[in-house]
Amino acid sequence: MLEVSGISKRFGGLQAVREVSLTVPAGGITALIGPNGAGKTTTFAMIAGFIRPDAGRIRLSGQDVTRLRPDRIAAAGMVRTFQITQPFAGLSVLENIRVGAFLRHAETAAATEAARAVGQRLGLGAFLDRPASALTVAGRKRLEVARALATQPRLLLLDEVMAGLNPTEIHEIVAMIRDIRDGGVTILLIEHIMQAVAALADNVYVLAEGALIAHGTPKAIADDPRVIEAYLGRGAAARLAAHA
Amino acid sequence: MKPVLIAAAVLLALGPFALTSQSLVNIAMLTVVSAFLGQCWNIAGGFGGLTSFGHTIFFGTGAYAAAIMQTRWGLNPWLALPAALVLGAVVGAAIGAASFRAGLRGSYFALVTLAFAEVFRVLSNSLDFTRGGLGINIPLGMGAANFQFADRRATYAVALVLLVLATSAAAWLKRARFGAQLVALRENEDAAAALGIDLVRTKTAALALSGGLTALGGVLYAQTYLYVDPSISFGVERSVEMLLVAMIGGAGSVWGPILGAIVLHIIADVSRAWIATPGFAPMLYGVVLLVIIGVLPRGIIGVWERWRA
Amino acid sequence: MVEIYAAALINGLLIGGVYALVALGLTLIYGVLHIVNFAHGSLLMVGMFAAWLMAEKLGVHPYAALPVVALGMFALGWLLYRLVIGRVSRGEDRAILLATLGVAVVLDNLFLTLFGGDTRQIESDLTFAVIELGPLLLSVPKVIAFAVSLLLAGALWGFMALTDTGRAIRAVAKEPEGARLMGIRPERIFALAYGIGIGCLGAAACLLLPSFFVSPHVGSVFVLVAFTIVVLGGMGSFPGAVVGGLLIGVTESMGGLWLGESLGPIGISLVFIAVLLFRPTGLFGAAR
Repeated sequence: MLEVSGISKRFGGLQAVREVSLTVPAGGITALIGPNGAGKTTTFAMIAGFIRPDAGRIRLSGQDVTRLRPDRIAAAGMVRTFQITQPFAGLSVLENIRVGAFLRHAETAAATEAARAVGQRLGLGAFLDRPASALTVAGRKRLEVARALATQPRLLLLDEVMAGLNPTEIHEIVAMIRDIRDGGVTILLIEHIMQAVAALADNVYVLAEGALIAHGTPKAIADDPRVIEAYLGRGAAARLAAHA
Repeated sequence: MKPVLIAAAVLLALGPFALTSQSLVNIAMLTVVSAFLGQCWNIAGGFGGLTSFGHTIFFGTGAYAAAIMQTRWGLNPWLALPAALVLGAVVGAAIGAASFRAGLRGSYFALVTLAFAEVFRVLSNSLDFTRGGLGINIPLGMGAANFQFADRRATYAVALVLLVLATSAAAWLKRARFGAQLVALRENEDAAAALGIDLVRTKTAALALSGGLTALGGVLYAQTYLYVDPSISFGVERSVEMLLVAMIGGAGSVWGPILGAIVLHIIADVSRAWIATPGFAPMLYGVVLLVIIGVLPRGIIGVWERWRA
Repeated sequence: MVEIYAAALINGLLIGGVYALVALGLTLIYGVLHIVNFAHGSLLMVGMFAAWLMAEKLGVHPYAALPVVALGMFALGWLLYRLVIGRVSRGEDRAILLATLGVAVVLDNLFLTLFGGDTRQIESDLTFAVIELGPLLLSVPKVIAFAVSLLLAGALWGFMALTDTGRAIRAVAKEPEGARLMGIRPERIFALAYGIGIGCLGAAACLLLPSFFVSPHVGSVFVLVAFTIVVLGGMGSFPGAVVGGLLIGVTESMGGLWLGESLGPIGISLVFIAVLLFRPTGLFGAAR
């Protein structure tokens, strides 16, 4: 569904992302993980059109979207959420979701109906008439996803939806993401936490210091010494092996 | 509650037709014109968050369109209404497209509109086409066919129609997709773009809509006072008044500008009886604006909304 | 012909010096507080009225009144920040912009109420004094204004670069939270910076008055000029404000020469629009 080949980005003297290539197969959940500062968010922003890559290509179902603006990319069916949630603070939860629904529905009644359905499906049913600013952190994360889902994307880009949540909330949101995937939406998520990803993803890419260092199933990734070193520091894999 | 309010509003709007005092009708007319212009500003500045400091550009465009069409080309002044609507929208679209493409927002957009208004003022002040600083006198020719009314109640009626038109536009924004996308951009541009909203096109359309409507007010002004000049048309005071009406009443709400205009005109008329020096009433407007920003960021209508909630 | 251009150029540079001082205050306020001070022109008007009152009622020449007016304006700016601007400045960008607009509306109309709309001037021995420089005649008050403005600009730069207070202001401008950890209280620095910015206006007012008129509407003449300079030079840039001031002074006098008195003022607005649309970082600003 999504093919990213060799995208790079430099900020001043810093090479934030170096020739990252990845493929997101249709119908599955693909994860991009890596320690803080690995370039995940920059990669994500390039895919969604918020930052222009210096080099490389991004294709969505064969269509070149590399230089498209974010709104065009969203219209093409690839929609992102934000790690730091960005609610429309002055609007109610339902109105927030409806902004997404309006991408596919010109009529207010139809958009409202669609937004209500998405809100209920994602567990926001009780809060639809509350102001978005009144939601808890977990509620805001759900709202981010609900708004994006209301645009009826083919591919959903989730930016650290689990960050800042407690274990119970993470458990619920994992179920929610599976449910979205089962509804036929392909998902690319970036995450800092490995465990949550292991339970969800079919495919994992690992980014460290701006470059991809590993790619495989969650199981293979978890045992990969390069990944362990990237997360825990040089020599960590050997020390862990010695303890085992 | 709601039908009672609507009945009261209708009664208030129709009341002036029963008045025989032309000066009282005049006050009502000026209030409705202020409410109309504030509502026009509100469409861009309230719903879209496009804080324009130069909205009089559109007002002046309409006023000059009416004056020039009649004095140069001998056209019927009623034709100035559709012409002004189109011209105002075109000017709004041009300024909007240039500004939003360049990524101007917030204070920068406010300043660039101020500068555009100054360009219009200087141009109208120096071109022969607009008769420079002399301004344009529209020849007297009372009569409905000529859009000149001896009875202020007729002018009031036209102003009321304009206000209903602009308020309907605001009410439509509150309900429709375009309005929701505009508000989304106001609240958070990145999130709106991520949901597929075209920033430049949506904001530009809002400024065009607001500009087209505002220009109608300029036509009404020209036909009421039969004179336009550069500072009446493009002076900063009118831009500021439009902004004040909307901000004080409640920007981004449908009824706010009407409330704002009523409050400002009460302040003006009461204070004039007290201290008649020019400048005193506008000074109070400024004080009210500061109080509103500090205490009631949603404007006077916010009090009502909070009470209802 | 050459003399006319040379005279226009020099006149532009001279007035540009004072513009630079006005713009320095504005760019300082932007650089430290990140607010667009729309009341800047109106506050200059207040300073000019203060200088005019001192000259008219007390017989103090504006040059002699400069320290007093500058200090008084500093105090006014400080108070204004504490009582009005600072109170709303925790809010959104738009609230602050509208608050400074509100201050401008109040000040303009307060002075209109108190003094009426007439323009006023002072006359002293210096008003019409000129220096002959070859074929050129230089107005003495303009030369003095230019020299003192640049001197004060230099002094302000020195203050910012060399004193502890200046360093604290720059620290807050860069990193308010970091500065707080170092024991600097940002709110104090904000009030101080706003006061200094407005104090510059007091000095500029005294330098302008011998060759310029004052009326309650004079603020709107200057507000666009000041913003044009600051945007042209790059928001927050000191050298930008000085170079921008001189450039805009020259633009204004050349515009008047080429386009005539009524069309001439369009130059500044066009420069302003062009910079905002095509190079919003200005000549000296860092790339965004």
